[in-house]
Amino acid sequence: MALLDCRNLEKVYVNDGLATPALGGVSFKAESGEFVAIMGPSGSGKSTLLHILGFLDAPTGGEYFFDGKTDQDYSAEDIAHTRNKKMGFVFQAFNLLSRTTVLENVKLPLLYSGRKESEWDELARKAVEDVGLIHRIEHEPSQLSGGEKQRVAIARALVNEPQIIFADEPTGNLDSKSGQVIMEILQKLNEEKGHTILLITHETYTAEHAQRIITMKDGMIESDRKVDHRFKADHFKK
Amino acid sequence: MLFTHTAKTALNGLKTNRSRSALTILGIVIGITAIILVVSVGQGAQDLILGQIQALGSKTIVVLPGREPSGPTDPSIVDSLFSDSLKERELKALQNKSNAPYVKNIMPIIFGTDSGVYEGETFRLTILGVSELASEIFDLTPKEGNFFTAEDVKGRTDVAVIGSKVKDELFGASDAVGERIKIKGRNFRVIGVLPSKGQVSFFNFDETVLVPYTTAQTYVFGIKHFNRLVVEAESEDKIDQTVSDIEITLRNLHGITDPKKDDFFIETQADIAERVSTVTNILTLFLATIAAISLLVGGIGIMNIMLVSVTERTREIGLRKAVGATEKNILMQFLLEAVFLTVTGGIIGVILGALLSFAVAIVLSQFVGLSWTFNFPFLAAFLGFVVSALVGLVFGLYPAREASKKSPIEALRYE
Repeated sequence: MALLDCRNLEKVYVNDGLATPALGGVSFKAESGEFVAIMGPSGSGKSTLLHILGFLDAPTGGEYFFDGKTDQDYSAEDIAHTRNKKMGFVFQAFNLLSRTTVLENVKLPLLYSGRKESEWDELARKAVEDVGLIHRIEHEPSQLSGGEKQRVAIARALVNEPQIIFADEPTGNLDSKSGQVIMEILQKLNEEKGHTILLITHETYTAEHAQRIITMKDGMIESDRKVDHRFKADHFKK
Repeated sequence: MLFTHTAKTALNGLKTNRSRSALTILGIVIGITAIILVVSVGQGAQDLILGQIQALGSKTIVVLPGREPSGPTDPSIVDSLFSDSLKERELKALQNKSNAPYVKNIMPIIFGTDSGVYEGETFRLTILGVSELASEIFDLTPKEGNFFTAEDVKGRTDVAVIGSKVKDELFGASDAVGERIKIKGRNFRVIGVLPSKGQVSFFNFDETVLVPYTTAQTYVFGIKHFNRLVVEAESEDKIDQTVSDIEITLRNLHGITDPKKDDFFIETQADIAERVSTVTNILTLFLATIAAISLLVGGIGIMNIMLVSVTERTREIGLRKAVGATEKNILMQFLLEAVFLTVTGGIIGVILGALLSFAVAIVLSQFVGLSWTFNFPFLAAFLGFVVSALVGLVFGLYPAREASKKSPIEALRYE
């Protein structure tokens, strides 16, 4: 069974009676352990697709199965729990809590996880270690570089050991060198730890870190191909 | 577990905006302070007045002429001032043990004001005609000289026992005992000076001249009746019995069959104490209600600031929802923030209110000379606490709901 299964997904935004189609029938599947990049220019519907895949928004047509279930099978509370336990999110704008240490930021999903509080510290430390930021653990976001902030966000996405990580333009706010480090981390997580990753980007270069690239245009899938010459990053050095 | 963490999160949220949080709770602080102050001072005033009433002795019964006024606008109040239904005949009847066996002491009182003159010094004083029993009933022992005796009352002698203020005003530092003061053209020999007593029940003995009631009736006021009969029962548990003995005796004497037509009425200390308590309680409640309005205003301030905070933190809310916070989690977080704010305000208010009422107690007892006691109103403090928490809950609910309803996408897009 595929982890993600989209069947003819449609999304129409209605604003003041004016209908704007964002997705016009999108179908694809992604298996557990895959590293998929969704590419396309702005306005192609890739962010809308990600929101639906992450249960942050509901489609207006078609069906979406995550781990065999659609959002109709869940209550609002179950959806929150699913996001918490099975999904991790990395955003373009990092979205870290200011005046809050790296450790506390990474702990955030644990607050809502129902796990024992005594485990929180260890889990959060491990996640911070995985992104190579253990030396910054007591720092606050204002003391970190953009790349470091995004690594904290990845640690936060990892901390509950989710089945999939959704990364929405994770390198969009970073210089190329910091972006490179982020991509290396994502690749390593996929290859060494078997995390499923769904990456959204508009840069071909970034997308080529993935195993598979789905290209979108005007709310439809234009192409879906395997990456032949995958950009293979050296595993990052501290 | 989640609660303690939510609490920590809420506290952090407040800490990041210290001065705004402080200003926000000011309304609550003022409201709770005012309530504590009003209740504490009200309690002090009540204790003071009740203490004065009790000073008259809990075994004391007062018989008044006229009809009992039903309220402050009842014209029979005036009747009671001029009624002459209590005279020597009624006194004799009540002194008779077969009519009222448990009466220990009975004393008539007449009173009025006039000026007293000594060597050109004039002082407006209260003239109180009493018997020698006043010394015992009102606990009046002269610090200089003596009280007058039963013989003085019988013989209508022109003797006077004066209060401390009368002495100071008329005689200054010089001796008063043995001197004569002129009242209504008649010379009264001062035989005793009272120590300073302050207000006792209706009388301020410091500004009073006590003379035998017989002398006062005949030479000062020219009347035959009494303004009051003060009756002392043998013991507290005989008060009810004595009250009914007095009623029966006086009704028989005046040929009254319908109690509604009584030309006298009786007040016990318990009645007076109860009436005073009612008045002060109503007054306290009234003032506390006004103070409570500031809590309402404070609550609206809290709601306003919480709404601003929710808008400012749209991103944070979106993020929390994206990583798995439920609507309930977000609601709790913001509700707790509001409750923390108001309860902090409540605690500060209780402390401030207690300090202020303590200061009032010190000023009144040290500088004004009232026998004022400081009361910490535990019930009001507890209520203030509960009410401030409630204000947080009520006025925090709307902003917290707004926060919990935010969609994670909208929130994360927000710049």
